[in-house]
Amino acid sequence: MTAIVGSPNAPARIVFISTLLLLIVTGLYLPQFFSARYLLQQLHTAAFLGIVAAGAMLVILLGHIDLSVPWTMTVAATFSTAFVSAMGNGGIGELGVVLGLGIGAAMGLINGLGVAVLRIPSMIWTLAVDTIARGICVYYTGQYIVKSQPDSLMLWAGQGKLFDSVSMTVVLWGAISLIITVLLRRTLFGRYIYPVGTNETAAYLSGLPTRRVVVAAFVASGMCSALAGLTLAGYANQAYQNMGEPYLLPGIAAVVLGGTSIDGGRGRYSGTVAGVLLITLVGSILSVLQVPEAIRQIIYGLIILAMLSFYSRR
Amino acid sequence: MNAIRNGFASHAPAWGAWVVLLLLLVGYFAVHPRGLTIDSASIWSNQVTALAFVAIGQAIVVFTRGLDLSIGAILALTNCLASTLVSGTPLEIAFGVAAVIGAGAACGLINGFVVVFGRIQAIIATIATGAVFTGIALLIRPIPGGSVDEGLSDILTYDIFHLVPSSLVLLAIVTMIVWSPIRCGLLGRTIIAAGSHVQSAYMSGLPVHRARIVAFVLAGIFASFGGLFLGLQTLSGDANSGIPYTLNSIAAVVLGGVPLSGGAGSVLGVFAGAAIIRTLGGLLFFTGISPLAQPFIQGAILGIAVAASALRLLRTRNQLEVFR
Repeated sequence: MTAIVGSPNAPARIVFISTLLLLIVTGLYLPQFFSARYLLQQLHTAAFLGIVAAGAMLVILLGHIDLSVPWTMTVAATFSTAFVSAMGNGGIGELGVVLGLGIGAAMGLINGLGVAVLRIPSMIWTLAVDTIARGICVYYTGQYIVKSQPDSLMLWAGQGKLFDSVSMTVVLWGAISLIITVLLRRTLFGRYIYPVGTNETAAYLSGLPTRRVVVAAFVASGMCSALAGLTLAGYANQAYQNMGEPYLLPGIAAVVLGGTSIDGGRGRYSGTVAGVLLITLVGSILSVLQVPEAIRQIIYGLIILAMLSFYSRR
Repeated sequence: MNAIRNGFASHAPAWGAWVVLLLLLVGYFAVHPRGLTIDSASIWSNQVTALAFVAIGQAIVVFTRGLDLSIGAILALTNCLASTLVSGTPLEIAFGVAAVIGAGAACGLINGFVVVFGRIQAIIATIATGAVFTGIALLIRPIPGGSVDEGLSDILTYDIFHLVPSSLVLLAIVTMIVWSPIRCGLLGRTIIAAGSHVQSAYMSGLPVHRARIVAFVLAGIFASFGGLFLGLQTLSGDANSGIPYTLNSIAAVVLGGVPLSGGAGSVLGVFAGAAIIRTLGGLLFFTGISPLAQPFIQGAILGIAVAASALRLLRTRNQLEVFR
């Protein structure tokens, strides 16, 4: 079977190679694409999407989907920045990050329990959780005067630079990538994800703790979304409504472009990284060329279709 | 035996949804400042119609165990098209309406081909085609505007002989003409069968591929009626108008008793689901609850309604049934 379908790593390689080719071809026309500064800037942009996609991948590997990403990001960022500005920077205000990550974990827990225990389809349950979170956020920010001030840790994660060149967000993305890779390859939880995603009934009959695996994956996804929200708030110096919206569908697209099956059970993390890089690069090229939004959407859709139909043909 | 009982139960038009809708309607017209008149009923019906069209289209795809995440984009695209084509002489208007419906069908056909022959999962394929449709909608109408014939708008958004809201009649007629004949024929049964058990349907010689493509085309057609009606309501076109419709249509489908795993359900239930969502919004508006709290209450009620489906877990006799 593997021989016919090709190496499971193939999609990652294909996407990496297409990203590189795209970069080289564009670089020949627009030399600024080869500058280290530009490439590092692109990595910085990619890192926010990369953190979201890392969490989304765990859920998609289980054959589920997390549509609560946008408002998990926004709620985590809004409440933690509000906490920081209420408590003052430094001292107890430094706990804002913990609060944000806790909110992400709690939302992931609600998602996971609804899907794993109550057996509600993830597509509709995470959507309901997203709507409720938006409702809470709208009520809270409308009812009270909410100041939004990221603390020094968020600022550092969003704007800081390592050795004056590599953005801290990229380092953070790298750390998360390392954790996810180790998780998927070396831990029981990670190894359980694949059988549960392939056939949950069979996994259950084999004695795997399927419910716990599903809940844990959603919690991880919620924390990744929250982390992306916190760093984005640090980068933009504030939390804002709709900050998460541009990350939901591109996040899913990046995971799927990287060869992870949306039905679950198949996929490598390297593919997700490649997918994030490709999506970010295409977006950047189109904005440098000042392509109007309409054409950008069309090209974006066609690329996903072309890549996916290519995978399904092999 | 079990299958027969399930089959009978699951094709009923979601009585639970209808009961909830009737209760909400009683509340809605009780708190409505003008009470139940033909005007307030028409306004209510106008609010429901566009979402009901889209939700019925979505339901037909869900019957096949698919999902159309581009349906809001098709609504936006056809809405923009309507704002450029549906005006002028009666002949031009007729041509415009035909072009709008045709565009919706074409979008659906593309979705169907990509999913069936491109062999890409429906969720992700329609995210991609949806981006393309949104792009085309933005090309047609970069900023909201345009115009839609006011005469046609008056005919379809008021009432007929002060008896029934005309939008409700339009919805009923379109559903009966477009969906009912197909539902009763081989193709409709294949649509349901494809969602129930695709291998069995294929082995039984049913035209599974054709049925799945037709389901997407029907979704496109229903979405285009939604886009057209939205144009008649707002008298303009907006490329961003479709965004809330995709997710709301899925919510309406689920509230209407159609399982996302396909193979069961009825469009009557889906109408109730769409009407519940819209009536709830109106009800919250009229009861004077702080507008800030409305999104939360709406979300919470959706969440509770969805979680109520978990009650079936109490009836399972075997742990394994849970995993189906």
